[in-house]
Amino acid sequence: MSTSETTSGHSQTAVTDGHAASGSNGKARTKREQKAALGPYGRTGKIVGELDDRLGIAKGGRTFLDKVFPDHWSFMLGEIALYSFVILLATGVFLTLYYVPSQTMVIYHGSYAPLRGQRMSEAYLSSVNLSFAVRAGLLMRQMHHWAADIFIGAMVVHMARIFFTGAFRKPRELNWTIGVTLLTLGIIEGFLGYSLPDDLVSGTGIRIADSIILSIPIVGSYLSFFLFGGPFPGHIIIERFYIIHVLIIPAIIAGMVGAHLGLLVRQKHTQFRGHGRSETNVVGSPMFPTFMAKTTGFLFMTAGVTGILGGLVQINPIWQFGPYEPDKISYAVQPDWYMGWLDGALRIMPSWETAIWGHTIPWEIFLPAIVFPGLIFGVCYMWPGLERKFTGDNELHNLLDRPRDRPKRTAAGAAMLAFLFTLFAASSTDVLANFFHISLNEVLWFFRIAIFVVPVIAGLVTWRICIEMQHASGIGKRKRAVIVSRSETGEYTTTPAPGRVDADVVELDAAPVPVLIDMDSAPEPEPVGAGADGEGAGAGVRRVTR
Amino acid sequence: MSETEQTTVDVAAPTNGDGEEAHRTSVPIPIARLSDPHLQDAARYPERVERIAAVAMVLGTIAVAGFGVAYWQNANPWILGATFGAGLLLLGFGLTTWGKYLMPQGPFVEERHPLASTPAERDAMSAALVQRSGIVVKRRRMLGGLLATGLGVFGIVALFPLLRSLGPVPGDTLTKTNWKKGSRLVDSNGRPIKVNELEVGGIQTVFPEGNAYTEEGQAVDQTVLIRVGTSAIVTMPGRETWAPAGYVAYSKVCTHAGCPVGLYEQQLQLLVCPCHQSMFDVTNGAVPKFGPAPRPLPQLPLQITSDGYLVAQAGYDQPVGPGYWERNSG
Repeated sequence: MSTSETTSGHSQTAVTDGHAASGSNGKARTKREQKAALGPYGRTGKIVGELDDRLGIAKGGRTFLDKVFPDHWSFMLGEIALYSFVILLATGVFLTLYYVPSQTMVIYHGSYAPLRGQRMSEAYLSSVNLSFAVRAGLLMRQMHHWAADIFIGAMVVHMARIFFTGAFRKPRELNWTIGVTLLTLGIIEGFLGYSLPDDLVSGTGIRIADSIILSIPIVGSYLSFFLFGGPFPGHIIIERFYIIHVLIIPAIIAGMVGAHLGLLVRQKHTQFRGHGRSETNVVGSPMFPTFMAKTTGFLFMTAGVTGILGGLVQINPIWQFGPYEPDKISYAVQPDWYMGWLDGALRIMPSWETAIWGHTIPWEIFLPAIVFPGLIFGVCYMWPGLERKFTGDNELHNLLDRPRDRPKRTAAGAAMLAFLFTLFAASSTDVLANFFHISLNEVLWFFRIAIFVVPVIAGLVTWRICIEMQHASGIGKRKRAVIVSRSETGEYTTTPAPGRVDADVVELDAAPVPVLIDMDSAPEPEPVGAGADGEGAGAGVRRVTR
Repeated sequence: MSETEQTTVDVAAPTNGDGEEAHRTSVPIPIARLSDPHLQDAARYPERVERIAAVAMVLGTIAVAGFGVAYWQNANPWILGATFGAGLLLLGFGLTTWGKYLMPQGPFVEERHPLASTPAERDAMSAALVQRSGIVVKRRRMLGGLLATGLGVFGIVALFPLLRSLGPVPGDTLTKTNWKKGSRLVDSNGRPIKVNELEVGGIQTVFPEGNAYTEEGQAVDQTVLIRVGTSAIVTMPGRETWAPAGYVAYSKVCTHAGCPVGLYEQQLQLLVCPCHQSMFDVTNGAVPKFGPAPRPLPQLPLQITSDGYLVAQAGYDQPVGPGYWERNSG
């Protein structure tokens, strides 16, 4: 076997170079010779060659390294969601090592004095032990909870970005659909997750969930009994929630995240309009090394922020709530934030119930907790299709809209957000009434009216702002500084300020990602628009990439 | 682009090329000189940025090392969180700064090739689908039908035991509680309640004797016992004997979403559900005065035995808790 055979599978015939083959066993004698034998790209080149022989990765891999990512801050929101999911997986694995998904009743004898001697489920006991007895357990538990709240928050904001800029339009409707599904799954996963400690607050949440399932006409009681293995609370709901929470839904989410990113790569990023950007290209910075460095750093930063929150900001102190007992309840019961809109809907719904022919339809639960979220997610799923239908726009879109340029869509989105936020606020009717010292009745009626009025106002105001912004000039453009001077007679005059040192900003034309960078080249001829004072070649040119 | 070396050129590999390398690099690849403005640092003062990134990374390294020490020493959660978080945040900040200001920012461009195939390719695929499935369906209709029947039966069979084995069917379980005629009222420790137990305005959660410790029992039987006065009160016509000695008892399971109706507002004589703020009128048959609850809390008829214990005259006259399809409100 000669050295160069190992160098590259393609080059067996081109080999017999004297110095490479000189060793009797095919080994080069000096380090220098070994290096030379590996070819111009050294060990990396060899690995690429070996992999490419077997998998044919070089062509696609090169394209992937060159993949261009638009540099707009709003594209980061999805990354926060992705990285929170990574953190959830990592911290979640830690938690599974100590958490016991069991409703078997035991007596607590652990280190937290106020709970000693109390009867509780093993699930609750192991969650308390996880918080107090396991090294870094509380940090991991709180990081997991914070990451879940951030995960869903980031998905919502990311979705709003996609919506308001029209990134969901053809050809990306399928990815929008996957995204909406991910949000739905995330909310369910979050609910299941905070139910697992079996504390008093989450147990109450499961009780409400059971009532919601019961409210479904015809099949409700059957579904409830199948889920709980009998009447509430039963003995297996925690075990079932556990396996759904740690295996089934995460696997689906992971698969769909893969599909989400796969479609993103296949269809490439959208981008805002700008210098050199068109429907047929993407302008930005390359996957390797620039984007990879930025995004990996961002992963660490997301984990860092989650870690600081998890260590310093208490969340879900289950030992204060106490173990779940079906007849106990605490005051000011609020779910995690992403369930707030549903809780608010439950609170402000009038007490309508139909009892007819020996049957009961509990509209007061069924409408706000089943029909209503179904409608909201239904609208989300159907929006790309609806918009295509109503605008008659069946074109492919890779350039993003400025929200102001689509006043109706922006207004609709703002109205939806206002609607959901009002409902979210309505989940705190009791807290608000206490805080403002007004009667609960007034707060309730305020919200019953507000959920209809606030979205309309939000929509109209947004629409108006969009129209105004369209007609205003210069929005979004950098303004030149002016010097305002006042004469002795009191008149004001403005003169343009002298340009700053770097005023000779040049918007570079986008170039293809270079494969080879000639590291040794002599100083260049004048770079574009460079000032004469450049310290090194290329200095004085500031890229304006947006 | 023409000003720079950003063109696509044929190059030999930048080493002392022999035949092999010439062979490998015969494809055109874009080359850029290091001085190309597309490859410059985005930072105006790269040295300064480099220093900032370096400081962040050094501090980050110290912090993650500190996390290791803190973990080893089993330090407080906040020390663990601060060192872990600050460490990763600083390392991440350093790396992101490096990427954002000290790596090529372009702008670079990537062409977007249309995803759509040619009409001929589309037709070829459609034709293959249509014509070949024609072979399946048109020629062997019976086989297709048999297969569909078999799979359909399998689907039903697979579904039915699966659902059925998940849990029992409800039957009349939801209509029942463990309260029956003569059940003594006991507290959560199983201790029976005597008639002088509560002061006026007092409240107690009670269960039928023997079921205070079971979770199912707690879930459906939980009943709130309130002493409203000292003499018998009538909360509704037809319930003349139900509240002896000022004791009223209502199901504690909210008729809205099943939360325990745990708050007793003594001045207004209201029972309040903390979950969704339904309010029930204690002296008036627990009729909902406010909020989303649709029905009154069922009342448990009480009586006092000769030895002074509170017992139930009978069980609840209707299902407790939230509504469901089979509930006969009749």
